[in-house]
Amino acid sequence: MSRIKVLVGTRKGAFILTSDGKRELWEISDPHFAGWEIYHLKGSPVDPDRLFASQTNGWFGQMIQRSDDGGETWESVGKEFNYEGVPGTHQWYDGTQHPWEFKRVWHLEPSPADPDTVYAGVEDAALFKTMDGGRTWQELPGVRGAKGHLWQPGAGGMGLHTIILDPNRPERIFIAISAAGVFRTDDAGQTWRPTNRGLKSPYEIPDPEAEVGHCVHRIAMHPSRPEVLFMQKHWDVMRSDDSGESWREISGNLPSDFGFPIDVHANEPETVYVVPIKSDSEHFPPEGKLRVYRSRAGGNEWEALTNGLPQRNCYVNVLRDAMATDSLDPCGVYFGTTGGQVYASADGGDTWNPIVRDLPAVLSVEVQTLP
Amino acid sequence: MIRVALPYHLRSLARVDGEVLLEVESPVTLSRVLDSLETCHPVLRGTVRDQISLQRRPFVRFFACKEDLSHHPPDTALPDEVVAGKEPFLIIGAMAGG
Repeated sequence: MSRIKVLVGTRKGAFILTSDGKRELWEISDPHFAGWEIYHLKGSPVDPDRLFASQTNGWFGQMIQRSDDGGETWESVGKEFNYEGVPGTHQWYDGTQHPWEFKRVWHLEPSPADPDTVYAGVEDAALFKTMDGGRTWQELPGVRGAKGHLWQPGAGGMGLHTIILDPNRPERIFIAISAAGVFRTDDAGQTWRPTNRGLKSPYEIPDPEAEVGHCVHRIAMHPSRPEVLFMQKHWDVMRSDDSGESWREISGNLPSDFGFPIDVHANEPETVYVVPIKSDSEHFPPEGKLRVYRSRAGGNEWEALTNGLPQRNCYVNVLRDAMATDSLDPCGVYFGTTGGQVYASADGGDTWNPIVRDLPAVLSVEVQTLP
Repeated sequence: MIRVALPYHLRSLARVDGEVLLEVESPVTLSRVLDSLETCHPVLRGTVRDQISLQRRPFVRFFACKEDLSHHPPDTALPDEVVAGKEPFLIIGAMAGG
């Protein structure tokens, strides 16, 4: 029977939750890297025992940890993220230009083809790559060449938080950056261009349809249809059917189209999940009801999934990297909250159960489906 | 031997319990202690001071013999009590406030 491993990054350490394919009984690990912020941890699709973790804190900076035994033991690997050449500048809050400064790694995306190759999305927004298992990291500076001088950090920082590797075209990568937008390369990272046409941000930027500056919170793709992308923007849920060339709104009947995560069902490419949040000022669910919304039509028509989720007095948030799916049938869906709960559904979202209720605030959730 | 007391986060990173004991060539200065610490525990490079500029990280403090040495230049000689091993050199994560 298959096994499921849920990798949870929190404000105060990483936790590994394991179960068999029934996904009913769970074992919760002790904290890994206790006391450190774990922005993200993710396993290699090629070698699932190989995990990478971004470990950071305000006092002592950035660490990258690697495990080659599924998280039993960890080794500190390279943590030097030096911008290529003269870093240059981006827009600052006061309208001046400000030098790029590395702050932390937000997201790690292991290659589907090589266990030694991993991409890292960092703040201030840039993309790095290792090809030696994390020992050394090199920037792909073309990202910042895509009008980087016009990007301006939002209140949450200017982080490169989403990295999607096209499964059919290894030279194509999508990235998303807070307060900057979506960008695509078709030459394995040499050159990049903004792919934000159709996004409208009237309350965030002076030109609502500007080429860059949109606060994209998350994008998601189903591997069987890499030309279709789904997006949770600061406001608006969006969809692209042409690899990001254009976007259209699919918020439909959602109670709020503000939110952070968005994910796609593992076996149904038109089934999408979001967690609506009341507003940019009130980062908690509308009406104090924690509801995942599912569209089986690729957007516009959404149904509330509430069975097993708190339906009163709930004021947690679900952060952008804190939702994931497994690849079993029926598909498992998982998300973590800023209140420290990790919820799981073993039936595509129809019913939910907390795997664990009292972790530190959850920053990221990833799932491994293991044989 | 120079006694160095590390904060919890760095002890767990370096996988040490209690104080770290370091051989440091005379004259014993702030930078020599940090050089020796990073040589013995390479995982700590970049956690106390920037790896390139060697500037102390903003929220790290250096205390010894009830004195704050955080703003002293790197070639500052450490107090005799620290050199003699009677007192530890303290590397501290600054108060977070709140």
